[in-house]
Amino acid sequence: MAATDIVRASRLPASGWLESLLSRLGISGRTLVIAIPFLWLLLYFFLPFLIVLKVSLAFIAIAQPPYTHYDAAGNFVLNIGDSYGRLVKDALYIKAYLNSLMVAAISTLLCLFIGYPFAYGMARCHRSVRNILLMLVILPFWTSFLIRVYAWIGLLKNNGLINEFLMWLGLIDSPIGMMNTNFAVYLGIVYSYLPFMILPLYANLEKMDMSLIEAATDLGCKPLKAFFLITVPLSFPGIVAGSMLVFIPAVGEYVIPELLGGPSSLMIGRILWGEFFSNRDWPTASAVAIAILLALVVPLMFYQKYQDKEMAKES
Amino acid sequence: MTNRLSWFIIFWLIAVFAFLYAPIISVVVYSFNASKLVTVWGGWSVKWYGALANDRQIIDAAILSLEIAAISSTLATILGTIAGYVLVRFPKFLGRTAFSGMVSAPLVMPEVITGLSMLLLFISMEQLIGWPQGRGFTTVIIAHVTFTLSYVAVVMRSRFLVLDLSLEEAAQDLGARPLKVFFVITLPIVLPAIISGWLLGFTISLDDLVISSFTNGPGTSTLPMVVFSKVRLGLDPKINALATIIIAIVAIGVIIATVHIRRLERQRQRDEQMAMRAIAAQA
Repeated sequence: MAATDIVRASRLPASGWLESLLSRLGISGRTLVIAIPFLWLLLYFFLPFLIVLKVSLAFIAIAQPPYTHYDAAGNFVLNIGDSYGRLVKDALYIKAYLNSLMVAAISTLLCLFIGYPFAYGMARCHRSVRNILLMLVILPFWTSFLIRVYAWIGLLKNNGLINEFLMWLGLIDSPIGMMNTNFAVYLGIVYSYLPFMILPLYANLEKMDMSLIEAATDLGCKPLKAFFLITVPLSFPGIVAGSMLVFIPAVGEYVIPELLGGPSSLMIGRILWGEFFSNRDWPTASAVAIAILLALVVPLMFYQKYQDKEMAKES
Repeated sequence: MTNRLSWFIIFWLIAVFAFLYAPIISVVVYSFNASKLVTVWGGWSVKWYGALANDRQIIDAAILSLEIAAISSTLATILGTIAGYVLVRFPKFLGRTAFSGMVSAPLVMPEVITGLSMLLLFISMEQLIGWPQGRGFTTVIIAHVTFTLSYVAVVMRSRFLVLDLSLEEAAQDLGARPLKVFFVITLPIVLPAIISGWLLGFTISLDDLVISSFTNGPGTSTLPMVVFSKVRLGLDPKINALATIIIAIVAIGVIIATVHIRRLERQRQRDEQMAMRAIAAQA
């Protein structure tokens, strides 16, 4: 089959014209191949951040788009005071900012505590079972995120399934208020992001050399001690990867606090959304985006370093 | 491992799976509820599916979302496959670190930031060069391509990493030009990964709420945007029916794709073994 493919290939008129055109233009195929995705990402992913930075230094204006770089006298001014000044002076922004970092950090830890024993268990299952379990973990990830968050509304409401069930059991007399609380926000984030924690942990633990554990237990090490002295440190890259995959997007989460949280569940993603859509204050929304990015620079670098290391290891 | 520990692990596996699936199952069950109150059971019924079929707003949004997902996922698959190939095959070029950073960052970037920044880019571009005119179908597609191409690139990168180079080398030795080698040898071998990359991009685009909300224009309400506006007002049995349909399609789709991809891969391995045996016999 492979051999006949090659024979067929030599008969195809394929792509010769493209190559000759490129060489006439003085572009090597290699450069072109790199340039296509590179330029796309530069234009549509990197450049937008510079524009966010630019808009964060603008004045609000009653115009289309609702910002301007010129002050009342018509001079071009970089206006740091309005947008960033508001972030620093108004306690609401600082509170939301710190709260988002805390919610994201605690949710990450919860995901780790729930996900680690789970990934460990999966990796120790029989090979045939493992693939089925893996598919079962991935499956919810393929179904709509919005619908999975929606599902929790039906469970958490005062007359929802959890309260009805607990009252039927006779454990409680009146419903516990779970909807529109911080508890619901944590639950929603942990639920939505758990697969992102499990998958890198599993990928790491599955490849782990079990003979190391055997050697340790042969030498008289207790299984639990071997687990903490060998398995956990060796799985560190998986822990970092999973934690970053949960923490970074969770900091800017909008949908979960909006649907499950209450008015007191202040998160910075919600503030950004409100400034942009309700207040039409684009400079402040941009300044909030820059502030979120500043908090995420270090985690993003961690994440990037891990990605490169994983790739170097595999190749 | 002590017996007690393995019992704990089994308990944990079951508990976490229950946690992952209980909400999904409850949505499906309550979509067949006759009562209008979503949490009060009123007997079995399929009337919400009928109501859903008559809801023009949801149907129109679903068609629009499917179009956007199909187009953006196809473009993202082309760009993401090239990006994955570049990351594996070209270990050194100017700006490689920046490139790999830009490929993987959209995976974790909070959506509100990606959405806001893309919108501001489109507006600046319109002011400067007059394109894209206004926001709508085109801008949503560009935004979706940009963040889904990262998912495709990650899938393709791990596929190219484990790809056996000998077939490509053989083709090259026989005189095939690099571009031809890629299209005739490399591409068919990695086709299963390309299909999974496309499916992943498709579902992610179909599911996106935040980035679409920033980059859309009047008249382009995607399905998640319509669902979100309804869900904000509270539970709606029609949404349960819609969710059940989506879950059923995804579950069947993923199972078929997994089985099919596995078969494709087995076929490929068998072909390679046969070719190897033929070569060995000749030598």
